[in-house]
Amino acid sequence: MNNRFLNLLAEAQAERSHVMVDGGMGSMLMAAGLVFGDPPDQWNILPDKQAKVRAVYRGYLDAGSQIILTNSFGGTPFRLKMHNLDGKTFDINKAAAELARLEAGERVVAGSMGPSGELFEPMGKLTYAHAVAGFARQAEGLAAGGVDVFWVETMSDLDEVRAAVEGARQAAPNIPVVTTMTFETRGFTMMGVSPAQAITELAKLNVAAIGANCGNGPDELEATIFAMHRELPEMTVVAKGNAGMPQMVDGKAVYNATPDVMGGFARRFRAFGATIIGACCGSTPDHIRLMAHQLGAFPALDPASLQLSVPLPERKVLSSDRRERRAQR
Amino acid sequence: MDFSELPDDELWLQMQDDLYDGMKPEVTQETKEALRRGYKPTDVLEKGLVAGMDIVGVDFRDGVLFVPEVLMAANAMKSGMEILRPLLTETGAPRVGTVVIGTVKGDIHDIGKNLVGMMLEGAGFEVINLGVNCDADKFIEAIKTHKPDIIGMSALLTTTMPYMKVITQALIDERLREDIYVMAGGAPVSENFAMSIGADAYGRDAATSVEIAKAHMVVVNKQAALDKARLAI
Ligand code: B12
Repeated sequence: MNNRFLNLLAEAQAERSHVMVDGGMGSMLMAAGLVFGDPPDQWNILPDKQAKVRAVYRGYLDAGSQIILTNSFGGTPFRLKMHNLDGKTFDINKAAAELARLEAGERVVAGSMGPSGELFEPMGKLTYAHAVAGFARQAEGLAAGGVDVFWVETMSDLDEVRAAVEGARQAAPNIPVVTTMTFETRGFTMMGVSPAQAITELAKLNVAAIGANCGNGPDELEATIFAMHRELPEMTVVAKGNAGMPQMVDGKAVYNATPDVMGGFARRFRAFGATIIGACCGSTPDHIRLMAHQLGAFPALDPASLQLSVPLPERKVLSSDRRERRAQR
Repeated sequence: MDFSELPDDELWLQMQDDLYDGMKPEVTQETKEALRRGYKPTDVLEKGLVAGMDIVGVDFRDGVLFVPEVLMAANAMKSGMEILRPLLTETGAPRVGTVVIGTVKGDIHDIGKNLVGMMLEGAGFEVINLGVNCDADKFIEAIKTHKPDIIGMSALLTTTMPYMKVITQALIDERLREDIYVMAGGAPVSENFAMSIGADAYGRDAATSVEIAKAHMVVVNKQAALDKARLAI
């Protein structure tokens, strides 16, 4: 079958090269006047805002992104419900993809699917079946808008990824799926999933690529990518991390990794095993431009000569048993 | 499940273990069994539930446990609390304290805030959880209704953190600030930030937050005792 995303991936693999994806969307829309608390996804269907969404897409394409993600991170009915927009799930997602296509032309449009924001049973109330149905609804809209790949991102819970992938396949069985999780708690996801466990479990879903996005900045991401690649070297790995961590400066959130810093890290992500490389919250087209430049203009780094910026995540092992530790307190 | 054969000491340990493992039916049974043996509801709370949740909080802080385990433990704890709560009110057990907790306006992150709320319940506090996206009016209204000792504000976004200042200012404007201990928390919040918006304390994680809340109640209770003694003179 002829799929823009799979073709791009095959080309990159044949040339032993990388693929550039985009950077953050939410922080760009904020800069374009999105009021905090308002749903970014709604801009896709507001005639006076559509140009602003398109401008972000164009910014990343001009900077060298070969794949752009749609403005639909919060486009599941679960998230839209909070704004009484769940009835518009299909329209909002379809519009997200259509606007992206208008800018991307023959380049790859990836349909972003973010977490539901709810916890699964028995921790919370969301059932697996309900989650699948919600993600399927979003995926139907994205598919109708013409996405080349579904991009399930920022996930913490393996079951939620499984539900999203199942929903995506229900909506459009032939569109490939990429999944990335967020490893922000000492190198694990909030739910305690390690990078190695993530790549092992998600590979069973037959997805096209697996990786990490968002998180605590490029130094930690590097270790995550290394751990994933080491676990399953044949899998295509995605590195799409935040431009550092946000700091409050004069009442504004400023992310501390500059385009230069991210540019420097891009080659390291590549060396540690990432094929699809981009950025997330706090990044701008300038970040992508410098990352693309560094990757294109300089020879590959030899991973054997590199040292990880932070140690690999390790699960804490208890020194003594629970009852003993309780007695010690 | 039959816990009737266990010696008392073992029953407490088993209860703490089951709580740690998030075994809801077991914890329910053990709570009933301890009461059946004639233990006071306050003892069951302290020796069973509070002692069990304490180590859960510590292990979460130290990276041994993650969110799912803590939520499961908290759910198990709740099942025990449901049995104890009416008995505690009935027997007029001394109140540990009341906390109103909520995520500030513009922010819908609630996992951490709920954990803190549940751990406070686990430590015996009465907790009124206002949910997410709470404006200052919502906090003020809840304070007037529930007369809490402590309020807790949560924010996970650098863009919503500053709203905490709006709430502390509203407390001052409403002349409620003096009587309330204000705690602030959430991943991007820091000690410095909490102080800069006029909070009394910063809660780095659930376990620390419970310690701080408990320490504050010691002060409150001491003050109350002093006031009482003074009246008696
Ligand atoms: C899960 C999550 C979500 C879920 C929320 C689900 C839910 N029901 O809560 C969803 C997907 C909905 C979500 C949405 C968004 N998110 Co979010 N999200 C997270 C994530 C991955 C984990 C947060 C979490 O629950 N942690 C686990 C809990 C246990 O930890 P905690 O909250 O810190 O709580 C502990 C302490 O802080 C403390 N504490 C917490 N509250 C309180 C209160 C008191 C009183 C006290 C004493 C202590 C205390 O005790 C807790 C227990 O130990 C973080 C990443 C991170 N590292 O934090 C991003 C993150 C917070 N999100 C972020 C962003 C940008 C967003 C969005 C804007 C994304 C978007 N473009 O739409 C939206 C915002 C929506 C909104 N208006 O709020 C950014 C925030 C950046 C910043 N600092 O400004 C983060 C940091 C990701 C990142 N690295 O960039 N998100």
